[in-house]
Amino acid sequence: MASYSTNEFRGGLKIMLDGDPYTIVENEFVKPGKGQAFNRVRIRNLKTGRVIERTFKSGESVEAADVVDTDMQYLYSDGEFWHFMVPDTFEQYAAGEAAVADAKQWLKEQDTCIVTLWNNAPLSVAPPNFIEARIVETDPGLRGDTATGGTKPAKLETGAVVKVPLFIEEGEIIKVDTRSGEYVSRVKE
Amino acid sequence: MSDWEPSATLDMLRNRARMLHGIRAFFALRGVMEVSPPLLSGAAVTDPQIESIHARVCGETRYLHTSPEFAMKRLLAAGSGDIYYLGPVFRDGERGRRHATEFTMLEWYRLGFDLEALMTEVETLLLTLAYPHRSLQPAMRLSYREAFLRYAGIDPFAADDKALAAVARERGLDVAGEMGRDDWLDLLISTVVAPQFPTDRLTLVFDYPASQAALARVADGPYGAVARRFEAYLGELELVNGFHELAVAEEQRARFEADLARRQARGQAAVPMDDHLLAALAAGLPDCAGVSVGIDRLLMAVCGEADISAVQCFCEARA
Repeated sequence: MASYSTNEFRGGLKIMLDGDPYTIVENEFVKPGKGQAFNRVRIRNLKTGRVIERTFKSGESVEAADVVDTDMQYLYSDGEFWHFMVPDTFEQYAAGEAAVADAKQWLKEQDTCIVTLWNNAPLSVAPPNFIEARIVETDPGLRGDTATGGTKPAKLETGAVVKVPLFIEEGEIIKVDTRSGEYVSRVKE
Repeated sequence: MSDWEPSATLDMLRNRARMLHGIRAFFALRGVMEVSPPLLSGAAVTDPQIESIHARVCGETRYLHTSPEFAMKRLLAAGSGDIYYLGPVFRDGERGRRHATEFTMLEWYRLGFDLEALMTEVETLLLTLAYPHRSLQPAMRLSYREAFLRYAGIDPFAADDKALAAVARERGLDVAGEMGRDDWLDLLISTVVAPQFPTDRLTLVFDYPASQAALARVADGPYGAVARRFEAYLGELELVNGFHELAVAEEQRARFEADLARRQARGQAAVPMDDHLLAALAAGLPDCAGVSVGIDRLLMAVCGEADISAVQCFCEARA
């Protein structure tokens, strides 16, 4: 089984700890004048997102986590699983509710997402940074009101609710930043 | 900034040059001779906590020195009198905000000095070198035991391993892996005790547990055997390691052999011990005390830099 020495620790390295995969957020090397060195690390649990601190004796080895990020196309959801495909190989993966978590409200068929695989099973899904989606529900638009800066909630076809300017109409397609959940612009069809 | 450019500012390089000049002036005034021992040696340090970098030279393995100590002690045994070294040393596996593989070390030896006299000289030098940047208050001196009692609430000579582990846990240190007694002490001094040292003066910590003697003499104290060595800190940054030097060849050989046994038990590379040093000790090392100072760290501490790359002209990633 692959392992990493503490000498190889750096931000982004994926390791196994207590049976869970973690990513290293921050690594600090400490050593007294004439003694044992330690690596004090902040690590994020890739299953729960929780960040914890751990201290390792320098020189020890830690099991590597078989975690890879892969670009995949979102296909569809059957209500229980969300199905993704690797475009080059047509390989398909089914992600459960826990893996899609917050991402699912942004998933639009055909869009390319980053699926993080752990031991070849989907661990988490990151939607594209920007998506274009149709508004399926919002209050009627205030035509011509492009100046007041007011907003109203609008529900997208993917399920997310975002704040949009008052002049936006139901049925329009808009561009949204999925990281902040903010409206970016109208998209002309 | 592009990668070809220095990682330190030109002002910092001027500070560095002024510090190196200040050191040479300090020792010239005191009649201490500068020496240039070889950087490549056929023997290596045996200390399991220090890893030498090796190179192939004409088909033979040579080791870059991790400290000029062994060669300098041979010079002392040969009758050199007081000497100092100012130059690079190399250590494998040490990288971080306060560590670099290659760094500048000042090391000097004083004949007839005991630990107290050497601590005073260290304080004088460091106050002098810091002066252009900041003026430091007189140093705080306390024993290793007092430092633990004051800042960690535990007696490092009396407490058992469990009690040391409990203090670490209380301070939120979650440790993975097997920990021995010295591991706990090393962890606590680095992460609990030293971070509470004052930032406006040096802290001189002396009389370490005998298990951490390295190349220092061991003496009996009222609460157990102590290693006659000291470290100096500015804030939590450790800058200096000083020793009342061990001069007994048989004991030195026994420590080397214990080191090599520990290296083997830990699965570390076997390294050739320095027989020249043992022969020099057998021929007679004069009574002396010696000390080393990390010059990059000293620059960091007096100039308020948090990362060692800001005081090295080209940090490791650009070297």
